[in-house]
Amino acid sequence: MSADLQRTPLHDLHLELGAKMVPFAGYAMPVNYPGGIIAEHRQCRESAALFDVSHMGQLRLIGSDAAAALESLVPVDVVDLPIGKQRYALFTNAAGGILDDLMIARRPNDLFVVVNAACKDADTKHLVTNIGHRCQVVPMPERALLALQGQKAVKALARLADGVSRLTFMTGGSFTLVGADCFVTRSGYTGEDGFEISVPADAAVALAKALLAQPEVKPAGLGARDTLRLEAGLCLYGHDINEHTTPVEAGLTWAIQKVRRPGGAREGHYPGADKIGSQLTSGVQVKRVGLLGLERTPVREGAILVDAQGHKLGHVTSGTLAPTVNQPIAMAYLAANHAIVNHEVYAEVRGKRQPMRVTPLPFVPPGYVR
Amino acid sequence: MTTMFTPDHEWINIEDHEAAVVGITLHAQDALGDVVFVDLPEVGRTYKKGDVVGVVESVKAAADMYMPVEGEVVEVNEALRADPSLANTDPMGNGWIFKVHVTRMEQFEQLLDPPGYDALLKTL
Repeated sequence: MSADLQRTPLHDLHLELGAKMVPFAGYAMPVNYPGGIIAEHRQCRESAALFDVSHMGQLRLIGSDAAAALESLVPVDVVDLPIGKQRYALFTNAAGGILDDLMIARRPNDLFVVVNAACKDADTKHLVTNIGHRCQVVPMPERALLALQGQKAVKALARLADGVSRLTFMTGGSFTLVGADCFVTRSGYTGEDGFEISVPADAAVALAKALLAQPEVKPAGLGARDTLRLEAGLCLYGHDINEHTTPVEAGLTWAIQKVRRPGGAREGHYPGADKIGSQLTSGVQVKRVGLLGLERTPVREGAILVDAQGHKLGHVTSGTLAPTVNQPIAMAYLAANHAIVNHEVYAEVRGKRQPMRVTPLPFVPPGYVR
Repeated sequence: MTTMFTPDHEWINIEDHEAAVVGITLHAQDALGDVVFVDLPEVGRTYKKGDVVGVVESVKAAADMYMPVEGEVVEVNEALRADPSLANTDPMGNGWIFKVHVTRMEQFEQLLDPPGYDALLKTL
């Protein structure tokens, strides 16, 4: 593996645990451990799995104008976000496309933002350029990020700090874990209950080892993270959403609160507001949908979708044979007049047509604790 | 030598040249990870050496299978349809993929022998 890849603070621990390391967004990351992706996927659905997501970008926005400033870059209500709450958001461009998706948590003295690894440099620049005069933009390379996910995550983490069990889905707070000041949110990217833990880099190994010592917990890599998020119907930036897809086409209108929509008290005033506002009012030509494969052949990113006559209807943006669903699943963009639940389309795979059925997302019931 | 290897990480056992057994190597299954689907070749069809005859798919990737020698496919491993993970757990045995009637022995003899394949693995 290329020597110029960055390493997370858990790098040596991954090697000790026998991880298969792959390059991802400029980092050497574990794709799976010796148990394999399917076992790690099941571990997360049935018990708890620990993921190293330290490659993701963590930032603080500081200052009394930070929330209003951030609102100028996202179609999301940040101003009214109460202290201790977390919210999903999207950076948009002038055409209404998505530059990145992110999580925002309001803390007593700042906004805590988590962005995608591959976008973090661009996002930081975007923030500094556009709102750096209104608030301080402070990257946090000194923090690692661990995700403990699964229905038994709360049981395991509560042994280290019992207060975490009082958090509910999409809330967060500060806790001392293995003697270190951590910021913990009850959220994640698997569709399960679980936590994301921002921890000082120099305490990350101790925290990971303390969590792996819990009987419910085993390590899981990016491979399982991908199959878990796909079953949960969650978008992967650069695949299911990108600068050419809008939040409305992507079916992410739930992330745009009423106050930011046309007619709302703080409507518009973010990049692409005209386009997104008009799509909210008038609808879209293509929509992101879930697809369930009716045969066994996995249908992957890039597969073309056609109707029975062979007319192109769209394309697949993520797909695999889903471990929990035990059928091929995919997310795709489909012409809006075909994006109807139970509608059948065909995916072209190696010259053969695989029947797929438009299916509501998520593919598995969420385990969130609200 | 009855078992030879290809640079594409397949093996072929020619104890019965009318039904030589072909599968993927331990290295191939390890590199792919959990196999979830095997697109098997068509029985009765003759393929040339190097033709894509099937696909082995793991959770994260799809890998083409190439014909190691020219010949007619005479049987496929139906057990893989119900349990593709046989290609992981026993790739050199019960996880075999198909059988081929070998007519051009010289193509078999040009493949990698076990020391040759081991040497290739060491370069990876």
